[in-house]
Amino acid sequence: MIDQYPSLILIAPLLFALFVFISAWFSRKPAFIMSALALGLSAAAAMGLLGQVIANGPLSYRIGGWAPPMGIEYYVDHLNALVLFVVSSLAFWNLIATRPDIEKSYGDKAPVFYTLYLLSVAGHLGIVVTGDAFNLYVLLEIAALSGYALLAMGNTRAQLSTLRYLFMGTVGASFYLLGVGYMYIMTGSLNMLDLQRLLPSLYGSPAIAAAFGLVLVGIFIKMAFFPMHAWLPGAYSDANSPASSLIAPMTTKVMVYAMIRMCLTVFTPEFTFKAAWFADGIVWAAVVAMVMGAFFALSQKDMKKMLTFVLISEVGYMVGGFWLGNRLGITGSMLHIVNDAVMTLCVFLCVGCIAYRTGSTKFEALQGLSRKQPFTMAALVIGALAMIGVPPTCGFYSKWYLILGGLDAGHYGFVAALVFSSLMNVILFFRIFEIAFFEPYGDMHGDHYHGPPHEKIQDAPWSMVLPLLVVAVGLVVLGLYSGFIVTNIIDFAIPATII
Amino acid sequence: MMEFLETVLTAKYNYWIYIILMMIGIWAMIAKVNLIKKIIGMNIFQTAIILFYVSIGAKKGGTIPILEHAPGHGHDYIMDADKYINPLPHVLMLTAIVVSVATLGVALALALKVYREHQTLDEDEILSHLSE
Repeated sequence: MIDQYPSLILIAPLLFALFVFISAWFSRKPAFIMSALALGLSAAAAMGLLGQVIANGPLSYRIGGWAPPMGIEYYVDHLNALVLFVVSSLAFWNLIATRPDIEKSYGDKAPVFYTLYLLSVAGHLGIVVTGDAFNLYVLLEIAALSGYALLAMGNTRAQLSTLRYLFMGTVGASFYLLGVGYMYIMTGSLNMLDLQRLLPSLYGSPAIAAAFGLVLVGIFIKMAFFPMHAWLPGAYSDANSPASSLIAPMTTKVMVYAMIRMCLTVFTPEFTFKAAWFADGIVWAAVVAMVMGAFFALSQKDMKKMLTFVLISEVGYMVGGFWLGNRLGITGSMLHIVNDAVMTLCVFLCVGCIAYRTGSTKFEALQGLSRKQPFTMAALVIGALAMIGVPPTCGFYSKWYLILGGLDAGHYGFVAALVFSSLMNVILFFRIFEIAFFEPYGDMHGDHYHGPPHEKIQDAPWSMVLPLLVVAVGLVVLGLYSGFIVTNIIDFAIPATII
Repeated sequence: MMEFLETVLTAKYNYWIYIILMMIGIWAMIAKVNLIKKIIGMNIFQTAIILFYVSIGAKKGGTIPILEHAPGHGHDYIMDADKYINPLPHVLMLTAIVVSVATLGVALALALKVYREHQTLDEDEILSHLSE
């Protein structure tokens, strides 16, 4: 059983997606239990796998016993064991935390939602676990297609914004596929480790440079990196909260992982960071992403939409940190994948709890929320502090590494943009707190202000608030364990040649 | 001039065809306002890449990758990879075709939903509906 962890992670959600769909013909009761079981199994296997990798180092799993490079291999090292654990446990926890919302938002369609949810998680986990470049494309599309369906089940704008996401997503995946095709022409192999072995003799070839560029552009589109970000805000903010709180923490982070995998495993770091102007250009694009993301976020009047732009800034942190090309920057980038996933989950779950009661996430709807939904607001405060990067929370530690990496590389533009974007987060979140804590709630008739009405606490149901508070506490715990994650996992994930 | 035609255009015509098809697809996705035309453009784009993959498996004078069709009619096999068309890109494209059909299906379903909501497929009209 222990030997089968890598495939168990993927097979549990994939197989249960089928079971959930079939069982819904007879009764829609077991759908939730089965989905939770599948994701719990997946998360447990990922945890076991992470323990194994920490103890014994990277491992390779042969699907059907076929040896690589002919067979498809699942290659698990420190980096993807960590990302697998984060993604699978987030998906599991989000399912638990949004159950009342799922039942309320989707009604009779809840089993369909669970099916798509499982498929989407399976796709994302597959992207992370696979060691085969073409396999990654297929799983990318499994993740994306089920994601489109999840996001399209939202408000009246959702179908159009999802269709736009679909256009961009398909172009991104196609560019990736084309890049893999170029690598295949040149090497005759699709296995990532085999490519790593075969490619260095061909590094001078323009076809390989083209392959690298196409793969990167494809991944950048999929992760909503700055000039290609236009699809994200609409698609995420028009979806229902359970879907957006799954996909927002998961997709961008998994795509950053895919970028790191391509740049460090398939291509060697020497090749990736060889052309200084290229790496520098991407860091500058990340700088623009951070700054523009913050400005766009400032112009929003809807909390959920604002958070989607903050997400675009966060993508800039991770991509920029990685392309600094030094150990500190890459450590920060990898740590931020973990931290940002949990932070994003926390704030999007808060949005879900608010929307569950008020039916809206516009700023007007937030008035007096501190009295109506004190627990949700408490979690939002912790989530916001993490997003800003206040010390005990996890956001501080990854930003610390990113800033050190920027100073080490002498890239002061990056450092300035990071600090600027953190300060903008202060403004963004304190504006929400001001509305929620201090703006008078209820009716104001001209000059006669009747004072805050004594509103009873009407927080979201306990089954949503408790898991949310656990995530919020998790942000602090994760911050305290940053040192453990860096020394035991991330240090091994970065090739020794990078200093 | 003739040399250029032969080495760059004629000898590599499969690449030119896929690039032209890809550009047609991208142009349709960008320039058309009708959602269905955009979706068809997207499908042309994907098909261009499928054709690219299929074409790279081909070899001049190669035969289909089944041993019985090998020179010698299956009696004394010539296990020479050069003589066979590479089947792997074709197999990969079976999967990619499934993906592109599924994408097309999801996209058309979404377009249908949009049409039911707004009674039009013209993106500009839909956007003006939404901003009202």
